[in-house]
Amino acid sequence: MHVPDGFIDAPVSIAAGAVAVAGIGIALRGARRELDDRTAPLAGLTAAFVFAAQMLNFPVAAGTSGHLLGGTLAAILVGPYTGVLCVSVVLLMQALLFADGGLTALGVNITTMALVTVLAGYGLFRLLLRMLPKTRASVAAASFVAALVSVPAAAAAFTVIYAAGGTADVSIGKVATAMIGVHVLIGIGEALITAATVSSVLAVRPDLVYGARGLMKPLELRVAARKADGPAEPSRA
Amino acid sequence: MTTKRFLAGFLLVSLVLAGVVSYYASSHPDGLEKIAADKGISAKEKDHSLKDSPLGDYGVKGVGNARLSGGLSGVIGVGAVLLVGGGLFWGVRRRGTEPEQAAGRDERAPSEPARKG
Repeated sequence: MHVPDGFIDAPVSIAAGAVAVAGIGIALRGARRELDDRTAPLAGLTAAFVFAAQMLNFPVAAGTSGHLLGGTLAAILVGPYTGVLCVSVVLLMQALLFADGGLTALGVNITTMALVTVLAGYGLFRLLLRMLPKTRASVAAASFVAALVSVPAAAAAFTVIYAAGGTADVSIGKVATAMIGVHVLIGIGEALITAATVSSVLAVRPDLVYGARGLMKPLELRVAARKADGPAEPSRA
Repeated sequence: MTTKRFLAGFLLVSLVLAGVVSYYASSHPDGLEKIAADKGISAKEKDHSLKDSPLGDYGVKGVGNARLSGGLSGVIGVGAVLLVGGGLFWGVRRRGTEPEQAAGRDERAPSEPARKG
């Protein structure tokens, strides 16, 4: 969903740039709380993984492909603020080194693919986890649904930006229908990759998954409680 | 699995995806590109100002073999993102809160000695 130069006019591109800068500023402050000696290397590798996964376009419909956006995945693995920074670094390197995503569209791309995916995806993930039992299966299911929704959310955000500053004269209804329709399909791929990756990390190192922290604490408490209760159990009658 | 081993495995997966698997990725336009072409959104699209850069369009200029050129550009990209991202995250991280659990020492710092008595 990398927007090239020339799709969006200058005033709206600048406005999106301001939104992106403000978002990254907030993310930089918030990330300080998420990152320490142990999680900082993981965050760097998460950004690298998102870059790699974004190269893997998968077919979604006749003559159309899609690829991971990665905002939801990064937010679940390393935290929402750090997740925004992960995707932003990927987008910056793609624009500067690989001519992917226009330089004047960088603000638009960071807004839709880093800020909106994390806000929509991670927000929905937390909401779902609150309603589900605290198990690993719940984390995987919530990550699937959240990732799926985050992609059409980003497509909707692009449509709004296009409505404000699109350079070509195309009806907004047409753009919205086409963009959201295709990106629901791409969202299924996003959901599969996100749930598979989160599940894999949960299987080997659940303590490293930021979004599963609420899950780990009750488990630890239960172990401690059983130890304490153990000797007392027989004399309960 | 130790943290070091896990991180090494994670990096290896990224390198294999970007360096090898990327060759098999679909070359069809992505959702936005396809819609832009079909509906006319791209009427005023401009060429990327860095399109002739050495890694432009996920290839390495001067490397003729498509598999090698694409794979190499993916590996360089993973390295570049890791360097910039890792550097940024290492720079903004919280410091000095848990000196006992500093990286690499976590296996050798159990609270055993305190419990001996």
